[in-house]
Amino acid sequence: MSETIQLTIDGKAVEVPQGATILDAAKKLGIYIPTLCHHENLKPTASCGICVVQMEGAPALKRACATPAEKGMKIISNSKQLRSLRKQLVELILSNHSVECPTCAANGKCELQDLANDMGVDFGKFGRVVKNDPIDQTSLSVIRDPDKCIACGRCVTVCNDIQSVYAIQMVDRGFNVNVNTFFREGLGNSSCVNCGQCTVFCPVGALRERVETDEVWDAILDPGKIVIVQEAPSIRVTLAEEFGMEIGSVTVGKMYAALKKLGFDYILDTNFTADLTIMEEGTELIQRLKTNQPLPLITSCSPGWIKFMETYFPDLADYVSTCKSPQQMFGALVKTYFANEMKLDPAKIVSVSIMPCTAKKFEAKRPEMRDSGFPDVDHVLTTRELVRMIREAKIDFKSLPEEKPDQLMGAYTGAATIFGATGGVMEAAVRSAYFLLTGKNIPSLDIQAVRGMQGIKEAELDIEGSKVKVAVAHGLGNARQLLNKVKDQIARTGKSEYAFIEIMACPGGCVGGGGQPYKSNLAMRARRGLGLYSEDQSCTLRCSHDNPEVQRIYREFLGEPGGAKSHQLLHTCYWERSMMNGACVRETTHKHATHHG
Amino acid sequence: MSIFRSHILLPVDADTVEAGVFAVKRCIEEEIAARQLESEIKILETGTVGISGKGVILVVYPERVYYTGVTPDQIPRFVEEQLVKGRICREMTHITADVAAGVKSLHGLGLTRAQNRIILDKSWKIDPENISEVLAQGGYSGLEKIVADRISPEAVIAEIKQSGLRGRGGAGFPTGLKWEFTRKAAGDEKYIICNADEGEPGTFKDRLILEGDPHKLVEALTIAGYAIGARRGFVYIRGEYKLSIERMRKAIEQARQYNLLGKNILESGFDFDIEIRMGAGAYVCGEETSLIESLEGKRGNPRVKPPYPVTHGLWQKPTAVNNVETLANVPGIIANGFAWFKKLGTEKCPGTKVFTILGHVEYPGLIEVDMGTPLREIVFSYGGGIKGGKRFKAALLGGAAGVFIPEALLDVRMDFESLKENKAVLGSGAVLVMDESASIVEMLFSILKFFAHESCGQCAPCRIGTRQLLEIIYRIRQGKGKVEDIDAMVRLAETMQATSLCPLGQSPVMPVKSAVDYFRSEFAALIPAQQA
Repeated sequence: MSETIQLTIDGKAVEVPQGATILDAAKKLGIYIPTLCHHENLKPTASCGICVVQMEGAPALKRACATPAEKGMKIISNSKQLRSLRKQLVELILSNHSVECPTCAANGKCELQDLANDMGVDFGKFGRVVKNDPIDQTSLSVIRDPDKCIACGRCVTVCNDIQSVYAIQMVDRGFNVNVNTFFREGLGNSSCVNCGQCTVFCPVGALRERVETDEVWDAILDPGKIVIVQEAPSIRVTLAEEFGMEIGSVTVGKMYAALKKLGFDYILDTNFTADLTIMEEGTELIQRLKTNQPLPLITSCSPGWIKFMETYFPDLADYVSTCKSPQQMFGALVKTYFANEMKLDPAKIVSVSIMPCTAKKFEAKRPEMRDSGFPDVDHVLTTRELVRMIREAKIDFKSLPEEKPDQLMGAYTGAATIFGATGGVMEAAVRSAYFLLTGKNIPSLDIQAVRGMQGIKEAELDIEGSKVKVAVAHGLGNARQLLNKVKDQIARTGKSEYAFIEIMACPGGCVGGGGQPYKSNLAMRARRGLGLYSEDQSCTLRCSHDNPEVQRIYREFLGEPGGAKSHQLLHTCYWERSMMNGACVRETTHKHATHHG
Repeated sequence: MSIFRSHILLPVDADTVEAGVFAVKRCIEEEIAARQLESEIKILETGTVGISGKGVILVVYPERVYYTGVTPDQIPRFVEEQLVKGRICREMTHITADVAAGVKSLHGLGLTRAQNRIILDKSWKIDPENISEVLAQGGYSGLEKIVADRISPEAVIAEIKQSGLRGRGGAGFPTGLKWEFTRKAAGDEKYIICNADEGEPGTFKDRLILEGDPHKLVEALTIAGYAIGARRGFVYIRGEYKLSIERMRKAIEQARQYNLLGKNILESGFDFDIEIRMGAGAYVCGEETSLIESLEGKRGNPRVKPPYPVTHGLWQKPTAVNNVETLANVPGIIANGFAWFKKLGTEKCPGTKVFTILGHVEYPGLIEVDMGTPLREIVFSYGGGIKGGKRFKAALLGGAAGVFIPEALLDVRMDFESLKENKAVLGSGAVLVMDESASIVEMLFSILKFFAHESCGQCAPCRIGTRQLLEIIYRIRQGKGKVEDIDAMVRLAETMQATSLCPLGQSPVMPVKSAVDYFRSEFAALIPAQQA
């Protein structure tokens, strides 16, 4: 049986591998077939029908996105009839869609808008048949607008097949079909882990984040407030594509400049606390290796992953690092350490973070995240929200000068910046753990084995003769697979082969986060990640333990990594959550019961 | 074993049940017991006799007297006259089937000898819950022949192919070919599924086959499983068919006891067993891929084809899905040979077809006649013509996914080819007859409501299209339509036909287009004058 298939499209011959679809073949030839519900990284649902093509010898039209290419097929990709049918389908979908483009979060990035506009469809051909269902605002992270939903099924495919969270399904029948949660109690009362991948894959504005830009503007424009901002590692490589620059370009200086222009009082950087996290977590790893406490150590900076663990793997809570995420460490320190040093009244500080993440909005509101005595992080803005603010202020991002962040919590090393890519936390942690264990720097700072888009990656490291096995998973479906393997191994043999595991909820890591720009695919996420690695290469300091501001904060404020003050401010506890509605059932890690202020 | 001198047959179907057949049966049993005649008179429930609207029906053998409209209070007199004194009870409505009375009399009852019953041959003569009666009437002879004569699976498929049997669920695909594809598909794990979802409005033929002769289905599935190489068969029965499910369950149990099902059937070395699965109220699950999805425990959404179920069906294994009526033809073909089957019907559509006649006719009900019987004969001979002597207006052939036929086309022959030539469809065999008082607009409204209700919602053209069709016809019928609405409805239905994922969305174009083609004036009459 031959491995490749030969067919023709519009008279042009093409060869594709077994399993490829007619759409794949067309793409290879550079022939455009319009699609809407289809996404190159997801299994097709064949819902919209816009990709229909004619096949010689078959009376029925075929959906190019879902029909496997077969030997000898003769396809016609466009014709008077096909074009007319496609236009009518777009018109039908529009008639069922709540058309609010001027105020819609997806305006300018909406795939339905593109098709309608480019094809020049007739908006009034069909009567409006919008469902008039209420908007689901129960979640702190993701808002669902059923009247904009085109029932393409992408979100369900992502949540079930890629993330294995199973929070949403298609329910009801026919015209009433809608994406909904168990018992229809809303996303906020479901097993949804807030990862926001659904918002990134949604072709229209039916799924979007809970927006906090108004609150942030209010704080900035309030003379009585001191608004301090931190930005996640991956932000510096995802703004470029929104402002006409090459995807993945490092625009960190412009990012600071934009924030300054927006009116933030102090511009610091989450990368600082990323380096700090490495110190704390590296120390934790050394402790665990020495005392044979539960291994593997599993990272804890991805709040989508943490909620997933609390819901589906609560019995692994003791393996997870007690370190907070860099965002939350930052929040606790900005209202204590930074406020002290700068003589600011912490009650007046509004702590804002720019994150690639929708789950961070949930994380900031966790009741235990108040170790500073105040909510450690007041508002979380996604990359998309920041872009909107920049647009509202009509800042010409591309021509901004390169600025620097403020001191004390703004400096970072290359290890911090790679946090935003899958495998980055692992690599950063290994660079410092090696130093903490041996007193020497690791011979090769670049650990290629943990880089890249493969779902589960493994590496065996040689730390002065001892072999240490590590693993990296991104995307919760891969995380589930890896953790099931770990659980199984521990059950059978009493121990795991891995010492350290990094888990990121989002495919690609934070560069593919639920708060990142719409209309992306896995290839684009990979390119953003490469931007981070190139920044790492160009940094003078590439290991977290070399960060002078990190050294200072231990010297002047925290004492030592893993010490009492660190535990008080920089470590947290976990819960077990109900799969029915995501509510907390009981606390699973008790070692920090004493540290609740 | 006792020899009864009289048999009382009580056809059980939805009509007779509603009319109170079980109460009548109890009465007869009590009366027989009171007179100590249990060893002489046998009472049994049978499948439908094929007529409706005549109340409880009672048939006495060997005299072959048919009583209709029987009520419990008549029973004591009936037993006295018919069973004790041996003469017809004249006060009760009755028809005799003796030669003198002939066809005309039976016409009066809605039955006729001219029906060629091969699918429903046993259904009104036996107690379907008694396998010994089934066996005595020749049931399972097809299966026995295969075992006794050591007929190979390939030979069985060849026989079915040569018979020219085509699917009776609506699509008309050659059954032998479907079985051949499944047999030839790669893999050892294969399945045969009987599609008993019967969702098409106006169709109740499968129910009556399942209730009247479930053993025929068991035999057919076993033969089919043997032919394609399946060890497991499923009967997917719509959940509402309680009696069918119960009768099928009993039949399967009895067949197992008689070694006609299960391991090493009839000492042949062939293992095969059948499971019943129930539907839950979705018309779309009558479509084979939606049915398979439902069997797998998922939403009943159709799959993209290709690949087809014959290569990737249940759990992605080669699967043949056949309609109840299609399968019901199989035992006869195997027992009697393909030539016997080809003698019936037409050359391109051999065999018989079960038609359900309903609407404004004298004798609504069920008939089995040769393929190719003219529609006129079905309506006027078998159906008894228009009730109350009114005029024929139209017939809806094939259910909701069907076509309106005007008077001008009454002579069309009821087979796949002839109907196709006349832009019509056979569909499931439902024949809904309308007289001059019927409104085509209201009929179409009813049909479009049905499609909107049953759409699964997976694909945009059907999900939104069925709703938009409903909006348009609702406007028209409320007198708020615009003149362009009529053609807009047709165009939308045509778009749905071209782009819907499954036959549900592809079907509204048939009733819409035929209604507008033949009865446009009815729609136009509802458009306000200033719009026209």
